[in-house]
Amino acid sequence: MKKPVETTRRDFLKDCVAGAAVLSMSGRMQLLDAAGQTSSLAKSKVVIARDSMLRGAGTTVDSQRVLKLLDQAMQTLFGVDQPAEPWKKLVRPGERVGLKVNALGGRAFSSNLQLVEAICERLQETGIKARDIVIFDRDTEELERSGFHISTEGKRIQCFGTDQAGYEDDLVTYGSVGSRLSKILTRNCDVLINLPVLKDHDGAGVSMALKNMYGVIHNPNKYHPNGCNPYIADVNMLSDVRTKMRLTICDATTGSYEGGPGYKPQYSWKNDALIVARDPVALDYVGWQMIERKRAEKGLKTLEAEKRAPLYIATAADAQHRLGTNDPKRMVVVEV
Amino acid sequence: MAGETNALADMKFPDVSPVNGPVRSSEFGSILDRRCFMKCAAMAGAVCSIDAFARPLTAILPFSGAPAQSDSQFVVEARFYEKLQTKKIKCKLCPRECTVGDRERGYCGVRENRGGTYYSLVHSRVCTAHIDPIEKKPLFHYLPGTLAFSLATAGCNVNCKFCQNWDISQVRPEQVRADYAPPKTVAELAKQYRCPTIAYTYSEPVIFSEFLMDTADAGHAAGVRSVVVSNGYMQQKSLQAAYGKMDAVKIDLKSFSESYYRDVVCGELKPVLDSLVTLRKMGKWTEIVYLVVPTLNDSDSEFGGLARWIKTDMGVDVPVHFTRFHPEYLLKNLPPTPVPTLERAKAIADAEGLHYVYIGNVPGHPAENTYCPKCRKLLVERMGLTISQMLIQKNSCPFCKQPIPGIWHA
Repeated sequence: MKKPVETTRRDFLKDCVAGAAVLSMSGRMQLLDAAGQTSSLAKSKVVIARDSMLRGAGTTVDSQRVLKLLDQAMQTLFGVDQPAEPWKKLVRPGERVGLKVNALGGRAFSSNLQLVEAICERLQETGIKARDIVIFDRDTEELERSGFHISTEGKRIQCFGTDQAGYEDDLVTYGSVGSRLSKILTRNCDVLINLPVLKDHDGAGVSMALKNMYGVIHNPNKYHPNGCNPYIADVNMLSDVRTKMRLTICDATTGSYEGGPGYKPQYSWKNDALIVARDPVALDYVGWQMIERKRAEKGLKTLEAEKRAPLYIATAADAQHRLGTNDPKRMVVVEV
Repeated sequence: MAGETNALADMKFPDVSPVNGPVRSSEFGSILDRRCFMKCAAMAGAVCSIDAFARPLTAILPFSGAPAQSDSQFVVEARFYEKLQTKKIKCKLCPRECTVGDRERGYCGVRENRGGTYYSLVHSRVCTAHIDPIEKKPLFHYLPGTLAFSLATAGCNVNCKFCQNWDISQVRPEQVRADYAPPKTVAELAKQYRCPTIAYTYSEPVIFSEFLMDTADAGHAAGVRSVVVSNGYMQQKSLQAAYGKMDAVKIDLKSFSESYYRDVVCGELKPVLDSLVTLRKMGKWTEIVYLVVPTLNDSDSEFGGLARWIKTDMGVDVPVHFTRFHPEYLLKNLPPTPVPTLERAKAIADAEGLHYVYIGNVPGHPAENTYCPKCRKLLVERMGLTISQMLIQKNSCPFCKQPIPGIWHA
């Protein structure tokens, strides 16, 4: 006869502690999955994927080529072989995914439509339902002007501006910032994927991942003084932004090196690249250097010489914020 | 203004009569006797009654979900800016001088660059309107006991951490419900509701200067005056053009230190002081409010510096209101201002020789009243926001004939 297992009080407590530890670990792993590369030991990987034939013979980005470029970038970032694998590491079926585009620059200079379609395709292949994907920015009219099809009902991918959803009534605060958040972010998203554009910015210096979060607060105009510093870093510390953000895919198919953030054809260039990272600070640093190289090539002064270096990037990396790293020694930049 | 739709024509305010005429003439004592108790009760009733008629415009007009606004009806070219290269502009309305790129907005959030031309987005875009006692502004030396048709648009050119109206001042115009209320309509409504004055207030009228100027013109044409409640953070040219049309001005001097203006207000002190001096030179009736925030702007040295500056640069006859702070917006961690702190501020200003130093937001405090600086007799007795006695005659003290500065009679 098998002797019944006796559980002593000590064993019971041990099991409880172990169970709690496992629960705690799983919660922590989930958090690390979102912010893993910003831990103190790991290097932040930034992938720059290029395709000089991205537009073929025309001027519009080719849908198939941008999908392939996206796959290349994502597979390199996550170190996997199959196109679906990175997305499975990033999102789970049942999660609602917000794609925060930048629609300020009209058709010529907003988050690329074909790129956004490619991301939606991969998300759906991962098991995310179309209706659980929301493409959004501040203003519906700006989205329309940038070529996005507005959709707020049914089983289709959702696309609309915060002007339709509104902002939360309550203020959220961090550091120097007190803002109301977009209800799309707070109520329609479990996961945030940031889709900025590679831009010069007359106030902030450059505008990419971190600055794009000005599009989820009700009062961005209040946070432009002093080169947007420390405001940009503080906005990215707001709880819903920080905890939901999992990835940045910067549309660098076209970049601007002067005269931003609006579109100035004379200061833009066909860059035919995507910059992908999970560390928004490292991504902004790499994008900034890309803009500086183009400025040098065009005979323009550095942003620092023009007294508009993007100091907020260092602030976002400081001990108070720890949103990522701005130290090139702690980055791995991979070009594919 | 031909062809304007009278969007406010159906607005219904209860019948109100200006509160004036003497009621009683006793001093407030430090002991709460029966008379004081009755006074307080009457005052509370008065405040309740004011609340009843001070209904917001937006609560009266029918709205359906998202505001049905045509953006174009509120958009006029801004008056104070310079065009720059590459479709940028430099705003010349306030000292901030925002350089704004195409399709971007200035710090105030209500002015937008569209293709190199700068526009105000809030002309006739009234997001709140009330009928208030003029004492609520507060203007104590301007038509006491009368009403002001008070209105605001969204937006502000600073970001005070203690703002009581942040839900309209710190938002963009499209984020708050508003109605189309063109200048002529505002003037007509003011007359209709027996308000001798239109007050531009609640948010920051600097940022709707174009609307303010046009409405002041329409008001004057209809025999209605205009007053503004402002932070005074303006450039000299815009100040002279816009506030030159005002009949009286109340300036919120938020502190007497640059660091407070930088850290708490997100502005600058010097341009505000310059504005006050200019208003005085322009001969505009001006009163100053100083919101006393515990631990941040309540030192003896700051009160003293302020009082000396007013005495030297503006004169002893400029009324100064030390008002009580209540925790709001981003300063909820501080307590309301203790009344003794306000009394200390008043004592310091009195000692510097200022003639009209008031304490505000403390209903029933004797320092709400106006006294003759010469014979010390009570001239205007206030109970909260209403007047219980008004004894000034021919702009003078009826007892000793000392001239009392202000605009006392319509």
